[in-house]
Amino acid sequence: MGITFRKETFRDDFTFRNSPEHIRRFPFPFHEDAYMYAVNIEPHVIGPKGSVLENLIDVDEHYVAEMQDRALVLAEDPLRCQSLPHMTLAGWDLLELLMEQQALGYPEHFTLERDGDRWRWINRPLGIDDTFTFGDTSTLPYGPMEYITRQSQGDFCILDQRDGNLWMDAGMVTTQADWSLDFDIGMNFFEWHAPVPLAHEKGIFVRALKFLTNIQQGKPARRLNWTMTVNPRLDTSPENYHKWGPDRTTVTPENVGDKVHLRVELQSFWRLPRSNGIVFPIRCYLIKMDELVTQPKWARRLHRVIRDLPEELATYKGLTRYRPTLVEWLSKLDDGSATSSGFGPD
Amino acid sequence: MAAKSIISRPVYGTLSPQPGKHHLFIADAEGALAISDMAARAPAGFFEGAEIVYIPDPGGKHVAALEALKPAQFHQAPSFASLLPRLKQTLSNAHMGLRLYLAGTEGLIGQAMQVALEAGIDHTSMQTEHRGSLARRMQCVHCKGITENVTTQPAICAHCGLLLLVRDHYSRRLAAFQGVCINAEDRSEMPPIEEAFP
Repeated sequence: MGITFRKETFRDDFTFRNSPEHIRRFPFPFHEDAYMYAVNIEPHVIGPKGSVLENLIDVDEHYVAEMQDRALVLAEDPLRCQSLPHMTLAGWDLLELLMEQQALGYPEHFTLERDGDRWRWINRPLGIDDTFTFGDTSTLPYGPMEYITRQSQGDFCILDQRDGNLWMDAGMVTTQADWSLDFDIGMNFFEWHAPVPLAHEKGIFVRALKFLTNIQQGKPARRLNWTMTVNPRLDTSPENYHKWGPDRTTVTPENVGDKVHLRVELQSFWRLPRSNGIVFPIRCYLIKMDELVTQPKWARRLHRVIRDLPEELATYKGLTRYRPTLVEWLSKLDDGSATSSGFGPD
Repeated sequence: MAAKSIISRPVYGTLSPQPGKHHLFIADAEGALAISDMAARAPAGFFEGAEIVYIPDPGGKHVAALEALKPAQFHQAPSFASLLPRLKQTLSNAHMGLRLYLAGTEGLIGQAMQVALEAGIDHTSMQTEHRGSLARRMQCVHCKGITENVTTQPAICAHCGLLLLVRDHYSRRLAAFQGVCINAEDRSEMPPIEEAFP
């Protein structure tokens, strides 16, 4: 059967939408009516059919449009993709992982043929059919990390592990929630998380690092993170903050449902076999309020979460200007009745 | 001294004599005083294996005091930019066991550390001591230009002209604090520019 890829944009006229099936599979991140940081890491194992966890690397109806948006970002700002010199081997590790997983999960769209080091990669949605020598960068049009992440949804950070820490030494970051790879590249785990409020004091990062440095090959882990974005904009980088920041002043009671989006990151963590690095895909899912509230449980719960969010977190997530408008709009969809536990819609 | 801040913000110590035969000091302005203070605690003959490179303030204050330590080499430079070629060569030719001491303004410490990192020296092995101005080197996250000697909060990017919040978030690789547009959401908001890093 295969996926029907949507023609849509994440900028200018913002034609991004989710189909009804994609609304149902949205990875809603709140399992209860409140939110606070936790080390919410769990094994990244296959989930139910029809969910975003049906495959460990998810490809969905937005794939082609997201890859087109990434190409636009990179043409404007090539610094969104960087790899320190010692990270090339890890880039090959990532290329192997993403080709294998995409071919495994979506054989109608992707095919990987291997004959020793001679590999053939067919990506039908993007019209790519390349034969190359694994390990020989001169046989690809880009470095291995850039080549494969121009064909994979989500941002990717490759972390080098040394001195008991993880170092952000390579990445493809074009759909980020307001952090700069160009600034943070070369930093260790604590340094690049330095601006996050409250979590350091709770010991979150010490425990998370301990967990991540112990990740074993073949046993990936995952967690969800979330924020909100006005307009379905993938590129909410600090680099372009002066361009998208004004969006936050445009939310009115009339347009909340169309403009305000819940932005969920499915972050996963994989040990890479040759480099012993860790790759950290950050897959971004967007859903507009009008779409989200088609699930009454999600509408009630989101109302309670946003209403009760601690001020520091609301500020960090950039919600301050439009939170009152959003809470007022969501309150009309919250009759006060109980919500069932767990993430899924009723 | 800098107030307590976030984890990426550098923390400086007090220079102390390290074991070893080869010692390289890089200092500017009042950083000379950190070297003089350390010299008082150094074992006899310590500076016989030392090179001091120094960028004095206009007027050459403290130069004589450093020369009086009788280092094996003493080099005076008019600016960090002028020092850079020499420093790169010194570090690329350095033997294992070279000890590095950086003292003075944050801009000097940061830029000297940046060159040393590129030469493969681990940042935790370097001795640092902050003296003098709190002025910051700032990278504009938007246009990527570096503005030197930022003393105000917010500060205007010398390259693109945006009004930037000078964050405590610091990159050793860039030797710079991050500047992010402070009124990106509503350009009509004009927070007052105040002296913050004298």
